[in-house]
Amino acid sequence: MSDVTDTRHSAPPTSAPALQNTPPLLAPNARHKHRDLMLKILIPIGVVVCLILIWGISVSVSGVPQYILPGPLAVANALYTDWGTLFPALLITAKITLFSLLLALIGGCAFAIFLVQSRWIETAFYPIAVILQVTPVVAISPLILIYAPSTQSALLICAFLVAFFPILSNMVQGLKSVDHNLLNLFELYGASRWQTLFYLQIPAAQPYFMTGLRIGGGLALIAAVVAEFAAGSAGAGSGLAFRLLEAQFRMNIPRLFAALLMLSVLGVAIFALTSFIAWLTLHRWHESSLKREN
Amino acid sequence: MIVPAPSLPLPSEAKRRPLVDMRAVSKMFSTGTLALSDMSLTVQSGEFVSLLGPSGCGKSTALRIIAGLGDISAGSIDWPSSRINARGLPEGDISFVFQEPTLMPWQTVFGNVHLPLKLRGISRSSARPAIIEALATVGLADFADAYPRELSGGMKMRVSIARALVTKPKLLLMDEPFAALDEITRQKLNDDVLKLWRDTGITVIFVTHSVFESAYLSNRIVVMKARPGRVHADFPLVTSLSRDALYRSSEEYRQACENVSKVLLDAIGSGEH
Repeated sequence: MSDVTDTRHSAPPTSAPALQNTPPLLAPNARHKHRDLMLKILIPIGVVVCLILIWGISVSVSGVPQYILPGPLAVANALYTDWGTLFPALLITAKITLFSLLLALIGGCAFAIFLVQSRWIETAFYPIAVILQVTPVVAISPLILIYAPSTQSALLICAFLVAFFPILSNMVQGLKSVDHNLLNLFELYGASRWQTLFYLQIPAAQPYFMTGLRIGGGLALIAAVVAEFAAGSAGAGSGLAFRLLEAQFRMNIPRLFAALLMLSVLGVAIFALTSFIAWLTLHRWHESSLKREN
Repeated sequence: MIVPAPSLPLPSEAKRRPLVDMRAVSKMFSTGTLALSDMSLTVQSGEFVSLLGPSGCGKSTALRIIAGLGDISAGSIDWPSSRINARGLPEGDISFVFQEPTLMPWQTVFGNVHLPLKLRGISRSSARPAIIEALATVGLADFADAYPRELSGGMKMRVSIARALVTKPKLLLMDEPFAALDEITRQKLNDDVLKLWRDTGITVIFVTHSVFESAYLSNRIVVMKARPGRVHADFPLVTSLSRDALYRSSEEYRQACENVSKVLLDAIGSGEH
């Protein structure tokens, strides 16, 4: 028996942990990576191009009139000729969306930090946030239109209300999902409430914040459009939603498609921007931004 | 037997005031479970105490109470040789190593070890020498800029130990720190902790459920039993050999394991009634 223990214990296992402890520093094959990236970009583009081709061919083959379904060329033409009307409208919609998102970020995070300060505060105030969320924004927009000083600010308030809640609820969840042992550690080292908030709770909530940001960004655009439909605003300061309705009234379907295209491009841009911000903050440490390797 | 006597706490040190003084401490959880009943424990400076027992015997709870985490339901706890702050807790003298590495994933190794000093308002640049020294102690000086996810389980645990050491505490509390590691890494880290204890004279309270670990590391073993958690036996473990690979394969170690095992079995057996 002593023989067995001898061989097991007499050789101090120094080299084994050192080997096993070496972090994965070797980069994967660069050419592989390059090819992966190309495919990631080319495949979706190819699919979109195919769909546009099918659309164009089927329109020209079936002979559908332009006022029912325009072909891709007619839409491109409308985009070009109506740029002067559509682009300012796009800017206005983009401005309302981004500004309301910014307000929702500030408001959502501040309110979330306030809520997690004590269980009583949360019990008292969280239902109000839920009520604001579950009430359809289209239903309150007539009221907001009456109270708000201008149509623009009414749209802003509507978009804010919609984007606010996902950011709030994700942030509350994130601030509360801190590792209990880390909280113990902070308590052990005599951390103040503010130190715990800034050094522990807020950093730990980052992944949740990013989820809220991505959902909120998408919802803010939807709300900005829906609220403008409901507001029925008109004239020089109108956004893309009004231009959509206007094109519909005039049976200018190519322009309607062009406006729609602009809206989706704006949506994609917001999604890309929020995803990029999420990648930028999380890619060094969070599992969601890591490629799984087995 | 020819090997010179190891560095045990000298008799003169016993005259100093104890580091921890627990008297008849009981702890009831909000669920109504009595986690700890009437536990008394006095730890002197320089001791390496193992709290050994089956799961659910309250050894982790006891360690948290010694750290000043959580309220006690009855009895008293004092840290006679520490400065007590306004909240009635010892200030800066105690460090804790949890069962998991408990690192902040968004911080580098450097940032994680910096934490205890940052909470005292010491900036990155003024804390740098202490952080590098603590990292060097655990053999991770080259990994200051790595993120926890880039490290293996054993290395994460070393970072956790470095963070505990960076404040130069008098008392190091370890809650089954190596339970989740493989045998080889665990032995290596056990040796590292022993070396640290010998070199710095730090006092260690080490929670474990491994007879072999407690017999290898400690010079005093407190065996606990469950339902409710309480002290079953408290005895010193004096060895003539220094604790290293030779000791691991010695008859003396085998004998010590057997003795500790007996006491533990007794604790489990008597706990059932």
